[in-house]
Amino acid sequence: MKIAIASGKGGTGKTTLATSLARVAASDGRAVAYLDCDVEEPNGHLFLKPEILREEPIHKLIPVVDPARCTHCGLCSQTCRFGAIACVGEQTLIFSELCHSCGGCLLVCPEEAIREVAKPIGRLRIGMAGPLHFVEGVLNVGEAMSPPAIHAVKSAAPVAELTILDCPPGTSCPVIEGVRGCDLLLLVTEPTPFGLHDLKLAVEMARALRLKFGVVVNRADCGDREVWNYCRRQRIAILAEIPDDRAVAEAYSRGELAAEAVPHVAERIGGLLEAIRPGAHV
Amino acid sequence: MKELVVISGKGGTGKTSVLASFASLAKKGRDRRLRRGHSRFASGPRAAAAREGFTAGSKARIKPGHCTACGKCEELCRFDAIYFDGPWQRQGVKDLPGGHDRLRGLRRLLRFLPENAIERAGRLRRVVCVRDALRTDWSMLSWAVGAENSGKLVTQLRRTAQQVAAEQRRDLILCDGSPGIGCPVIASLTGASLALFVVEPTASGEHDFLRVAQLTIQLGVPGILAVNKADLNEEVARDIEELARQRGIDLVGRIPYDPAVTEAQIARKTVVEASDGPAARAIRGLWTETRKYLDRSAPAAAGGLVPLAGQQQTQRT
Repeated sequence: MKIAIASGKGGTGKTTLATSLARVAASDGRAVAYLDCDVEEPNGHLFLKPEILREEPIHKLIPVVDPARCTHCGLCSQTCRFGAIACVGEQTLIFSELCHSCGGCLLVCPEEAIREVAKPIGRLRIGMAGPLHFVEGVLNVGEAMSPPAIHAVKSAAPVAELTILDCPPGTSCPVIEGVRGCDLLLLVTEPTPFGLHDLKLAVEMARALRLKFGVVVNRADCGDREVWNYCRRQRIAILAEIPDDRAVAEAYSRGELAAEAVPHVAERIGGLLEAIRPGAHV
Repeated sequence: MKELVVISGKGGTGKTSVLASFASLAKKGRDRRLRRGHSRFASGPRAAAAREGFTAGSKARIKPGHCTACGKCEELCRFDAIYFDGPWQRQGVKDLPGGHDRLRGLRRLLRFLPENAIERAGRLRRVVCVRDALRTDWSMLSWAVGAENSGKLVTQLRRTAQQVAAEQRRDLILCDGSPGIGCPVIASLTGASLALFVVEPTASGEHDFLRVAQLTIQLGVPGILAVNKADLNEEVARDIEELARQRGIDLVGRIPYDPAVTEAQIARKTVVEASDGPAARAIRGLWTETRKYLDRSAPAAAGGLVPLAGQQQTQRT
């Protein structure tokens, strides 16, 4: 079973939930894998403290023009939907940060003057955190495009009974890449106007992707009741509520796992695992 | 015209709360200022004065009766947006749920398909609303982000903001950045006058701050630091301040943890409007300091994704 954890708004507790969920599930003796798909700012390693056994570069394909063959016809530049190729007089410029590796320029070039080379955009780190399988992607600073790195993390995932995907905040391309193909999406929110606004966007995304999803309310006793009202109106299941506790925030600030530092969080996580076990109605 | 961008690396550290407070403090001053972003919750009339369309990409669809189930489109598409369902299905090829988001770049590939069975089916539209709140003395831009191409949207939004600010003779644009270091962040930072890092003193806050600080250095944008919820972990707060100092990023304020911040949000007010507590006082001080740095900073330049300073990766033929 693959469970993706996303939120819309940042800082609502995705990593806290994902790492705790992975640790609690693994303590039952299940084969659990934790994938850190937030490749722009991967944090899971700070809490799980894995032993990294293997590191691999992550590449993306970018075009290279053979100047001997190029006739400056400009077809590649017209084809590119991302503005990554510019033909200026006798020059063909390639802006690799904008390239989405679609391969369109190769197909259109009548002179077959374009080939593709792999450009490193980040690193894949694979290891073990106790019994837990751990995979994270780290995007190089200055790289704009994270989806290829997220794809690499998902491709490197070991076979496991339970796979937890810790996704980036937002509702745009990196999140979609992260949540695609999961069996259940957990949307973590907090009961504030910002939390609710971004939850609505995340729900819209989950519905557009036709994913099964439920909500986890973090810091449940701060703020107002609007998140509950919204979920009731929209018939969205609230799978867990985690109370606001300064002890959780302090443990978090030190890089400690919430489920280990604060007993009542472990209890709630156990309840959540029960609620989402295969076959349970969400 | 100056442009201040608030960023953090990690999400939920208080970017929007700080920026919305800045906007209401700026309103009280004599300057006419412009802000944009998520901070619309804070206050202001909601009437839309103008709307601008934004096209994120195009959709494709398979024309009924034309497909011969050759599977070529699936082979050519590198974004897994189409899958071949086998020739026994009459349609042969299906698009995946939500797959339109991945059909980027497919448009031109269509002409390589033998049966001409795929056509463009409209555009993916995202609406950019430009709201001009005439009764207050600043304008507000906001947007509804659905799924795709957020860097392009940020760039368009910044250009519009700069145009509006020039027309109305405003001298400051306040920009609410996104978490992370990817394309929306690069798009909002490129050419900005000053970056304000709002960082919380946690292990992940520190880790993410270092990555986004490296990005601003690569982009040549000067930065200043505010530590939010500074009393949560004094030790980590001091570490962050020291790491910032080593990178030429000055500390301009510390905001203590204060429940008034959440209360203000519930009341749909900015922190400085709703309270006079420790957080509000700290944000006022932060604004005074930030203005000093803004006065010394360079004017805003048009933003884009390409010019990564010191990282010229273009290839010349």
